[in-house]
Amino acid sequence: MMPQALKDAVLTALVAFGLFAPMVGLRTDVGPSGALVLRQRWGDVAILVGLAFAGRLALLAWRAARGEPRPQSTARAEAIRRAGRLVAPLLLAVAVLLPFMPGTGRYELDLGILVLTYVMLGWGLNIVVGLAGLLDLGYVAFYAVGAYSYALLATTFGLSFWVCLPLAGILAAFWGILLGFPVLRLRGDYLAIVTLAFGEIIRIVLLNWVSLTNGPNGVSGIPRPTFFGLTFSAGGGPGSFADFFGLEPSPSHRVIFLYYLILALALITNVISIRLRRQPLGRAWEALREDEIACRALGINITTTKLTAFALGAMFAGIAGSFFATRQGFISPESFTFIESAIILAIVVLGGMGSQIGIAIAALVMIGGFEVFRDLDEWRMLVFGLVMVMIMVLRPRGLVGHRTPSVALGERRMISAEHVAEGHG
Amino acid sequence: MAYALQQLINGISLGMIYGLIAVGYTMVYGIIGMINFAHGDIFMIGAFIALISVVMLISGGIMDGPAAILIVLLVSMCVTALYGWTVERVAYRPLRGSFRLAPLISAIGMSIVLQNYVQVAQGARVKPIDSVLPGGVTVLRAESFVVQFSYMQMLIIALTLGVLAVFTWLVTRTPLGRAMRACEQDRKMASLLGIDTDRTISLTFVIGASLAAVAGTMYLFRYGVIDFYIGFLAGVKAFTAAVLGGIGSLPGAVLGGLLIGLIETFWSAYFSVEYKDVAAFSILAIVLIFMPTGLLGRAEVEKV
Repeated sequence: MMPQALKDAVLTALVAFGLFAPMVGLRTDVGPSGALVLRQRWGDVAILVGLAFAGRLALLAWRAARGEPRPQSTARAEAIRRAGRLVAPLLLAVAVLLPFMPGTGRYELDLGILVLTYVMLGWGLNIVVGLAGLLDLGYVAFYAVGAYSYALLATTFGLSFWVCLPLAGILAAFWGILLGFPVLRLRGDYLAIVTLAFGEIIRIVLLNWVSLTNGPNGVSGIPRPTFFGLTFSAGGGPGSFADFFGLEPSPSHRVIFLYYLILALALITNVISIRLRRQPLGRAWEALREDEIACRALGINITTTKLTAFALGAMFAGIAGSFFATRQGFISPESFTFIESAIILAIVVLGGMGSQIGIAIAALVMIGGFEVFRDLDEWRMLVFGLVMVMIMVLRPRGLVGHRTPSVALGERRMISAEHVAEGHG
Repeated sequence: MAYALQQLINGISLGMIYGLIAVGYTMVYGIIGMINFAHGDIFMIGAFIALISVVMLISGGIMDGPAAILIVLLVSMCVTALYGWTVERVAYRPLRGSFRLAPLISAIGMSIVLQNYVQVAQGARVKPIDSVLPGGVTVLRAESFVVQFSYMQMLIIALTLGVLAVFTWLVTRTPLGRAMRACEQDRKMASLLGIDTDRTISLTFVIGASLAAVAGTMYLFRYGVIDFYIGFLAGVKAFTAAVLGGIGSLPGAVLGGLLIGLIETFWSAYFSVEYKDVAAFSILAIVLIFMPTGLLGRAEVEKV
């Protein structure tokens, strides 16, 4: 046993040496003459190779100690579900009370707003990917459409946030349908690549249509939202929120307001998608996900089913986008790169596709974790990617892999994750 | 006319690079049905390994002549193949048989990892090198425009054709190629018939990565500047090429690569440089709408 493991670890170390020796050991820097020069860092390579060796040994030892992996019993799944029942209200309570908790400052609230934005985006994308099974790699395009709709309508025509919010949603939904039409016939990965291409097209157009979007400089001076006409100006003054309610003017009012706004928007998304799942439309989505041919044979209109999924998913992204624009006060195409789409999709998949609470937890873990490691600087994305791979390898079904069926006759039983086919175009 | 001829030459040499990357995508897709999102970054790794070997050879004072180019190419191919193998072993193999989106997310994660790993290890600044193979042949001299066919472009086209010939021989004539095609048709049946499917899949990644390394090396030589981010766009374009040609089809990947290269070059030459990516992606969407399986793809027969 032991010599075998040792041999394995030595091989791993050799592979690691092959990987790291050129890339880490030989760093290219621009030298004094302008040409590249090499800087050697064999110490770092030695550390990495040592880590690979030790890591492989530890992994093998752990595997030997653990024995054969047991299949997850339904009893355990049941226990997880019962715990899950408690987690959801608990999370909600924490979310609602967060602004008034001791120790919650500006930073925590901003982080909360960020996490909630991703929760909302995750729930929105879940309609497309998790429920209807349409793999969308360009979801951020609709987020961008929403953000730019609000930014441009507000700065050009002076429309208020509350008028623009539904407008942005409608416009984004319109774009969702526009994208949906041509890709109706495509399945699976073809759909994925076309949506990715669409996302890139939107970003490139935003970047280059300077007369409309101001190109890479972005749109600035986007008006802040008002509370039924009451502004959140820092100095108070007549017509401001603080003045009307007789409060001490404080910049934290706006942050708290924005926090509750995105919380409400996210919860609306949640309620709508949970409700829709039980409606004929939602059931058609889930049927479509499981088997498109059977769906057609049963007389479900594939066209409208797919288009409504695209439109609704896009609508929530658009609404989240206009929230993003009003919170930032400034938007540029930089904020809508492919990596955003990838992060949102990762949240949906890591959350265990179709599980609302799972997506919320995944967003909290991914975005929260990402912010916590802010000090790591350029290492942060590296760690982020590694965590993404690790979660997938360890829990391919996502954090919450089990779920109750949307509709059931009589008693609701858990569906084991292995029996749910998901993500077929 | 002369201008168009120049664009044709440029477009073909760019298309060859895309084609080489696209082959890696299409092979992996054919065999395990996943989009290897990290493949564009494998291409970038190939370019970086080539860069490091070039700088090393220069500091040793032996960076000239075809032998040096060959050494750079071989080093890049070997190390990048090792990267391809490791990525498959670490991030994809544990997920085999899992549901379809899991490897995709893992691949996106891997792409982020590779990009940032190179950024951390080699720095975020762009890396320039001097031209390795300057000069060229004047093909045509018309009015005020001179059509240049640079040695580098010749090398790219010749090398790509050579590599593809070897690769075609590998897939159609060798036991390994037969095993790969068998796995592509029916993995379970292939394993029942005694094919080591894990090994075959690993080798597929190794071959795909070394083709990407050739593309990366050519990219470095042709453009002379690389950074850690080149993999994303090149990867997306190459995947677009693979889909355009019909994913799973090897000649289709090369054809798609050439088409994307030509579309991009001609669009930048005659319309606007800013929208060249939009042009490539729009063509993709249009082709897929009318031919949902791509140009050379097989129509999937669906059994109920």
